[in-house]
Order: sequence, then C-alpha cells, then structure tokens
Amino acid sequence: MSRRPSPPRTGPGSLALDGLSVTVDGARLLRQLTLDVPAGQTVGLVGPNGSGKSTALRCVNRALRPTAGSVLLDGTDLAELTPRQRARTVAAMSQEHVVDLDFSVEETVALGRSPHLPGNRAPGEEDRAICREAMARLGIEHLAHRGVLGLSGGERQRVMAARALAQRTPVLILDEPTNHLDIRHQIALLALLRDTRLTVLVVLHDLNLAAAVCDRIAVLHDGVLVACGPPVEVLTARTARTVFGVAATVVPHPLSGVPQLLYSLEPDDHTTPRSHPCADPVPPQQPSSSSRCS
Amino acid sequence: MSPPPSQAGDAPSGADLSATPDARLRPVAAPWLRTPRGTAVSALVLVAVLGVSVVLAIGTGPAVVPPEQTARLLWAALTGGLVPADEVTTYQIVWQVRTPRVLLAVVVGAGLTAAGVAVQALVRNALADPFVLGISSGASVGAVSVLVLGALASLGVYALSAGAFLGAVGASALVYLAANTRAGLTPLRLVLTGIALAYGFQALMSVLVYLAPDGEATGTVLYWTMGSLGAASWSTLPLVAAVVSCGLLLLWRGSRTLDILATGDETAAGLGIDPRRERRVLFVVTATMTGCIVAVSGAIGFVGLIMPHLVRLVVGAAHARVLVIAPLVGAVFMVWADLLARTMVAPRELPLGVITALVGVPVFVLLMRRRGYLFGGG
Repeated sequence: MSRRPSPPRTGPGSLALDGLSVTVDGARLLRQLTLDVPAGQTVGLVGPNGSGKSTALRCVNRALRPTAGSVLLDGTDLAELTPRQRARTVAAMSQEHVVDLDFSVEETVALGRSPHLPGNRAPGEEDRAICREAMARLGIEHLAHRGVLGLSGGERQRVMAARALAQRTPVLILDEPTNHLDIRHQIALLALLRDTRLTVLVVLHDLNLAAAVCDRIAVLHDGVLVACGPPVEVLTARTARTVFGVAATVVPHPLSGVPQLLYSLEPDDHTTPRSHPCADPVPPQQPSSSSRCS
Repeated sequence: MSPPPSQAGDAPSGADLSATPDARLRPVAAPWLRTPRGTAVSALVLVAVLGVSVVLAIGTGPAVVPPEQTARLLWAALTGGLVPADEVTTYQIVWQVRTPRVLLAVVVGAGLTAAGVAVQALVRNALADPFVLGISSGASVGAVSVLVLGALASLGVYALSAGAFLGAVGASALVYLAANTRAGLTPLRLVLTGIALAYGFQALMSVLVYLAPDGEATGTVLYWTMGSLGAASWSTLPLVAAVVSCGLLLLWRGSRTLDILATGDETAAGLGIDPRRERRVLFVVTATMTGCIVAVSGAIGFVGLIMPHLVRLVVGAAHARVLVIAPLVGAVFMVWADLLARTMVAPRELPLGVITALVGVPVFVLLMRRRGYLFGGG
C-alpha cells in the first residue's frame, strides 16, 4: 500500500522557498521560511489558523510580494518571470471563491488554458481535449454546460481544481483544496493530486489526510516553520499539543502505516495544564530566528 | 394502507438532479447561441436589424420619408449620386439633420453598452454603469462652467462639448488618484470613490447654477443629466465614432482578460495576468470612451446598466460573446429610444434619459426577479 518515498523525478518543477519573510503593517506574517519541494513530490503545509500557510502560498503565486526572500523554480527566481510565464509553470487553486459572472463550467475550466493562448485566441481542439480530461478527472463533465454560480460549494471547488489541472503546469499549489468537499471527493481529489506526479505544495487542515497524501509535511506556527519532514516524524502527539493545542494519540494506520491522529475531547491529562501554545518550550528543529527545511 | 402516491411522473429524469433540486441549475436555454457559430449568426442578424432600424429612423420625423426614398437618398449621398431638384429639401433633412443624429445614436448606444460591460467587470459590481466613476457629473460641471463662467469661449460652438469632455477627464483623473493606493485600484474602493466624488461634483454644479445670472444654465443641467442627441452634427460625429470604435476593439481584444478579472485577483494572478495593471488600462479605456460620449450626448442613463445584463442573460457571461452582441443590441435600442424621444410629443422633444428610464427600469426589475440569472452573490 505504501508508496513512499516516491522516487525523485528528473523532470523540471522543483520548487524552493528561500528565506521568505512577509511583513504587513508591522505584523510579521512569515519569518524566513525556507522549504524545498523536490520535483514530483507532494509537500503539505499545516498549521493553526493565522500561522502563515496561505501567506506562503500567495508568495509562490505572486499574489503577494514577499518582504524578503524569493521563490525559486528549478533555480530561477519566479519574480524574474512574466506573469504569463509563471502561469505556465505554477498553477494555483486559491481559497478565493469570487465568481462575479455566471460563466459555464466549461468556460471556467477553459480559462486554465489562457496562459498558453495568445491574446484572445479561442481554445483549440487540443486545449479542449485537455479541459475535457481535467473535467473527467474531477468528475464534473456532467456539469459542463451549467453556470458556476448555481453550483454547490463542493462542485465549484472541483471546477477550480479542474481549471488548475487544465493549466498543465509542472507545479501545483493548492490552498485547502478539500474545503466544501464531502469525504469521498476529498479523498478522490487528494488521490488525484498524488497520482499526477506533479510537484505539489498544498495547505491542508486535516492532519490525517495530510499524513496520507504528503511525502513531507511542513508545520507552520506564528509564521515560523517549526517542523518539517516525513509525516511519521512530524505528526506527533507533541506537535498536536504544542502547535495545535489539542490532545491526540498517534497510531500507525493499520494498512498504510502512516501516522493517524486520534483526538481526545478530554483535557490533556498527561501534561501540565494546557497553556497557550506559544508558552511551550521551543518546538523541535527550530533554529533561533530562521527556519529551514530542505 | 397503500404507500403514498408515486411522484415518479413529476420527478426530473436526471438522477443527479435529486441532489441539487434547484431550478437554477438547469442547463442554459439555447446552447447553440453560445457557440462561435451562434454568435456570428446573431451578430449578422443584429447588424441587419440595425441597418433597417437606421433607415426607418432616418425616414421618421415631422416630415415622413418613405423607407425606399430614404435608402435612395442615403445611397446618393454615399456614392455622390445626383438628387432630383424636387428632392433637395428632403435630402437636406435626411442627410444633414437626421442621418448624423441616428448614427450618433448607434455610436452612443454601442459605446455606452460596451463601456457598461467593461465597468461592471472592472469594479466587479452588478449595479455599476459607465457613469459610476463620476464621469457624468464631472462632465456636467465642465459644461455648466462653460455656460456660466464663459470658459473655453475661444472654441465657439465646440466649447460646450470640450468643457464637458474636460470635466469628464478631470473627474476620472480625480477618481483614479483618490482610489489608487498601494494595493492598486481595488473594485470596491473605485465604486465608493466614484460615488462620493459624484456627490461632490453635483454640489459644485448646483453652486454654479445657483450663481448663474440667467436661466440658461438650468436648461443645460437638465440636458446633461438626462441626455439628448439633438446636438448631433457631421462635425462631431467622426471623432466620437473613431474613439468609440477604437474602444470597442480594445475591449473586445481584452475579452479574455475581462473574463479572468471576474474570477478574483488571486486567481487572475495565477492565470498569468496582472490585475492591477489590467484595471488601470480598463479604467483609461472606459473613461475615455464615456467622456467622449457624454461630451456629445450628455449622461444617458440605464443603457450601460441594462443592456449588459440583458445580453448576458441570453448569451452567457463570456466577454468574447458579450462584447460582440451587446454593442449591437445597445445601438438598436438607442436608435429606437431616440426616435421615440423626438416623435412622442413632437414638435417638442423628450430628454432621451426619460425614454431609456421608462424602458430600462421595468426591464431591470423583471430581470433581477428572474430565477436563473445570477451575478456575484446572486
């Protein structure tokens, strides 16, 4: 069952976040985040609300310019590429659900081809085939002629995922792609991500799903990378307690062996009374001011 | 007891509908209209309708000219043909008076509709029209300044239009500067700034009118706020037509960018466009188009608000289609609206804005109540 560690892929698409810092109005959202996403691997970003996960992704997407540091794709600084070149290498699925106009599902997915099409040129036969394939992989072909505004949250989420896939980029970044999805579609989407063998950087809230799908997991806390490594090293009862502030027992999955967290609603009974996570001792692997994972 | 009567006869046949029984989810009514072929056919039909409307409108007025005579006189004018002596007066009416006016209706209708489509995408707001950015009230201030303060007197008969255009440009520049921050032109800030400054311009205009020595300013204010095509002439038409045509072409060439802008800024960045830059370009294009239109026709309301919605309802949201169909529909509508404005209470004229509002308001209310038409939050 276990497929880890996946063999390093030789093709392009290795992503490196190099010393990313983001300060907005004096608030330090991200502090010197260094993280490698080797080609063909899936790296999960986890952390509590406001820990800087989305901020990190937005830097990769260039929706946000980092105060310091850079994002490298195969050694090239993404800031040096034009937006269009970037869109041919990195496809993003953000949490943004803004849809102002009632485009059909087919048209929305076809927008994923726009970085490859000059000006106003309509998608050709090949582009349409790519879009159909993306819709088929997400199971939304039957919605092709529906308007996106009339879809449920989960259906819309799958449309956005299909659009990102239709971009046919070596790198995918996804911000909580399983939002609004029922459990079947959550698992289907994550399995799909794993099977694409693309370089994937994904923000996930569900630690157990993250353990199942990610080659490596990076844990952010207050804008600092506090742990990074294979799920079995990172997803520990201690991480659950110090970073997420929950009591959990970690057991290996009976089939795949990946760590799974069983949460307890009872107060933490084997530690001192629960305090704010920040008050906890220094989490594992944390250098003094910068955080690094490569 | 028997089980409840079966509902099978009423149930939708598609099994997937059971999970989402909302009628909004039905597929579009006429899918072929949304194909490239359907768009081309619709455009050709609309061009034909527009041609017929133009000829009919030119022939209608205090002196009715039959359509075949209108067509013959127009043909003579276009090809430099000879006109019989007994038709010279009719020719003058047709060619010098009515043709520029009807053609201006075409240009203004097409331009306002296209600008409306673009502004709604620019500020991401269903209730936006080309005037939401303070352009019309700025133009009114410019026009009234010309009358009351005698500004730009050296320009003679063009002073009013020039003043209105400068007012429109000045207002747009002010809105731009006030709304532009480090984060770029954000949609909501643009709308709010435009509305706030529009109130300011209206106050300024009221002061000018109040201080005016005669009643002429009041008439001009009415003219600019309700709109009229009465000032159409061959001398101003070519410039406005050229600006509007260029604007239409630029907007149409950017139709995929407009599509992408409607998906939100982050997604737009992910799809390879710079939303801030595109919004700046869009702002300049729509402001120039609207400024030119307002300078020759005043602020004709509702066309730029209603027509985009009406067209989207039929052909869907994709701008590559909307920006072909909507200007044609807007042009046809404006030709007929102007015809009504000048014939309903002849020999007097109704302000054009009265007609567009009479038609536009009920249409808009019906449209918004209709199930199946969604814009943004629904």
